[in-house]
Amino acid sequence: MHIPDGFLSTPVWVAAGAISLPSVAFYARKAQVALDEGRIPLMGVMGAFVFAAQMINFPVGVGTSGHLVGGALLAVTLGPAAAALVMTAILTVQALLFQDGGVLALGANVFNMAIAGVLAGYLPYSYWGSGSRRRAAIFAGGFLSVFTSACLAMAQLVLSGVPIPAALAGVSLALFVVSALIEGAITVAVVSSLQRLNNGWMRKSEAAGRPRLAFVLVAACLIGSVGALFASSMPDGFEKLSEQLGIAARAWNLFETPLMDYEARFLQPEWLRKSFAGLVGLGLIYAIFLGLGRTRRGRLSRSG
Amino acid sequence: MRHVVLERWSRSDSILHRLDARAKLIVLLVYLVSLATLRDVGSLGIAAFVIFPLAGLPASRLPIPALLARSMLVLPFTLTFAAISFVAGEPERASAMLVKSYFSALAVLLVVASTPTPALFHAASSLGAPQALVVVLQFLYRYMFVVAEQAARMWSAALCRGAKTSRRSRKQSMVAASGMLAALFAKSYQRAAAIHKSMLARGFTGRIPLIELPRWRRADVAFLGVGSIFLLSARLLPILWP
Amino acid sequence: MSNLVIEARGVGYRYEDGTQALNGIDFELRQGETVALLGPNGSGKTTFVLQLPGLLKGEGSISVCGLAVEKANLARIRAKVGIVFQDSEEQLFMPSVLEDVAFGPSNLGLPPEQAAEKAREILESVGMAAAAVKAPYHLSAGEKRRVALAGVLAMSPDILILDEPTTFLDPPAQRDLIQLLASLNQAKIIVTHDVPFARALAHRAVFFQAGRIVADSELETIVRQFRWGLNY
Repeated sequence: MHIPDGFLSTPVWVAAGAISLPSVAFYARKAQVALDEGRIPLMGVMGAFVFAAQMINFPVGVGTSGHLVGGALLAVTLGPAAAALVMTAILTVQALLFQDGGVLALGANVFNMAIAGVLAGYLPYSYWGSGSRRRAAIFAGGFLSVFTSACLAMAQLVLSGVPIPAALAGVSLALFVVSALIEGAITVAVVSSLQRLNNGWMRKSEAAGRPRLAFVLVAACLIGSVGALFASSMPDGFEKLSEQLGIAARAWNLFETPLMDYEARFLQPEWLRKSFAGLVGLGLIYAIFLGLGRTRRGRLSRSG
Repeated sequence: MRHVVLERWSRSDSILHRLDARAKLIVLLVYLVSLATLRDVGSLGIAAFVIFPLAGLPASRLPIPALLARSMLVLPFTLTFAAISFVAGEPERASAMLVKSYFSALAVLLVVASTPTPALFHAASSLGAPQALVVVLQFLYRYMFVVAEQAARMWSAALCRGAKTSRRSRKQSMVAASGMLAALFAKSYQRAAAIHKSMLARGFTGRIPLIELPRWRRADVAFLGVGSIFLLSARLLPILWP
Repeated sequence: MSNLVIEARGVGYRYEDGTQALNGIDFELRQGETVALLGPNGSGKTTFVLQLPGLLKGEGSISVCGLAVEKANLARIRAKVGIVFQDSEEQLFMPSVLEDVAFGPSNLGLPPEQAAEKAREILESVGMAAAAVKAPYHLSAGEKRRVALAGVLAMSPDILILDEPTTFLDPPAQRDLIQLLASLNQAKIIVTHDVPFARALAHRAVFFQAGRIVADSELETIVRQFRWGLNY
């Protein structure tokens, strides 16, 4: 599930990076507050824990064993923002020091596992964690975190044009389901053991702040798609602009990317094509502004 | 652990080791982006991207077969998809996947094997990575092996008490393994609390102190300039002169 | 007039679950003096010493070098009291030895270059200059202990507290540590079970039992009185 470099097409890894970079900046800034409370060592050490935990084998029967991935466990104990930061750090270390996943592909891998995976692992718990369906909620979180990240990875490969015959897709999906079930089971088991040791480690499940972020993300994607569809009905404005910005247009063409003519040519359905390009554009603009905001603040705090 | 080798490599000495970590990271990114966006892998355009990391191998004074072999970690994943692409009638995509993923991995490995990990994180921080992420990375890296060793000891102790015998039911083993994980979690949590006390005892005021990065030398700037120009020209050449 | 560097009166501490870990502790330490804290596990020795730099807050009053241990003075007090913890792995938390030893001076306000220079000096003085760029993970237990001590000495403290310093150390490393500590003229509190180690450094000892100090006199007297050795 860790995608190496050289697989994703340019629009895909750029778009993934465009979403991941500002997101990382966002939850890193949230954690900056925690830095003063000294929670950062905790996050690093829990990241080390997840690494080590992946060494412990859980027998799942018929001679196979699985291991914990950890996104959901981190989410329900540290909270989704901290969990996302820890998972991002884990993925970075895996890419750099263990050649597990690419460096450019980190944008995609972080999106799949540290952002979407953590959120998917947290949402069921935040809604149903305090009721009678707590165990089921935790299981669902574990299941969804692995299943979502795996499917997203597959989608990114498909979008990049990697041929995936139906048979392979079927087998992969089956494997994803199995891994996801294992994750759910292990997460529930570890949480029960944890609760027996100390109940204070679990986050209180309140649907307060976190789910809003999830809804915002989904809404942003929808708005981006719709917006691009509408924008694509006014191609003239963009053509004139590119004529005036002659050099800029030429530079863009130099990369011969499939985003030429403001369309993602490689995608088949027309509406999908245009929406995708729109999303990339939105993502890039978002990234630039967030990046600017972060560097300014970073400079301020560093001079302090 | 696989990683111990990398630790050793990163602390030896060579021209590549002595280059500033920031310069190496920037040139690495230029390389990766140029290679990733390259459409046609079959033409001469790819030559530069193969030569560049291969030239780095002797410059690093590290065992070349070991470096080449370690980059092959990416191959199981790649070969599967390359084979499928080939069979699906897209041999150019297959070769593109193989070449791009292997040489990208080699380039990353060269940088990481010639730079001590803490220096990599400091370079990333000075190049703009968010402070909180860098600090988490630092602590993660610092305690990765400590906790892994703890886990390994727990696992051995369990094995000595018959953890893997077939006599045990799946449920028993599950309970034991999750108990181990929970115990490891608890110890890690306590460890973090102890670290926090340690930090306070030495006057921690809420900000991890930044380290002073060495100044850019002429060699670093030269590497950055020449490397980037070489790679970018190699990337743009096929377009300007088709 | 008073060369007391630590003055503790009526110090107590209660855990969250209600157990009284410390009760009515009175303790004094003079400049340059070395005292060994002895007593069974769980008798409150560590709980007591953690209160000196204000890492735990309990009942009673403590003053360090004339400063009351309260929020306003913590920064200054933590520069005066250096504590070497039992587990060096948790004390050396920075990625490299040099950065770790420089942590204290940086927090005291030294700019990065000067903090690094100070760290190098101190590492030299404990014989660990060659380890400056190493990762703490790769050091032996004895080396870790020396680096931890260096990290504490880098803050120029007046008082050193060592919690079970011989844990994991082999005899040569223990000897090295004794030599090093003997050469330092700070006042020292050594929490230990290792009587020979205590003998090499301290004349005075304090005996803890169930959260109270039950004896405070010469080390040999206490060892005999409480049969604190293997030959009794």
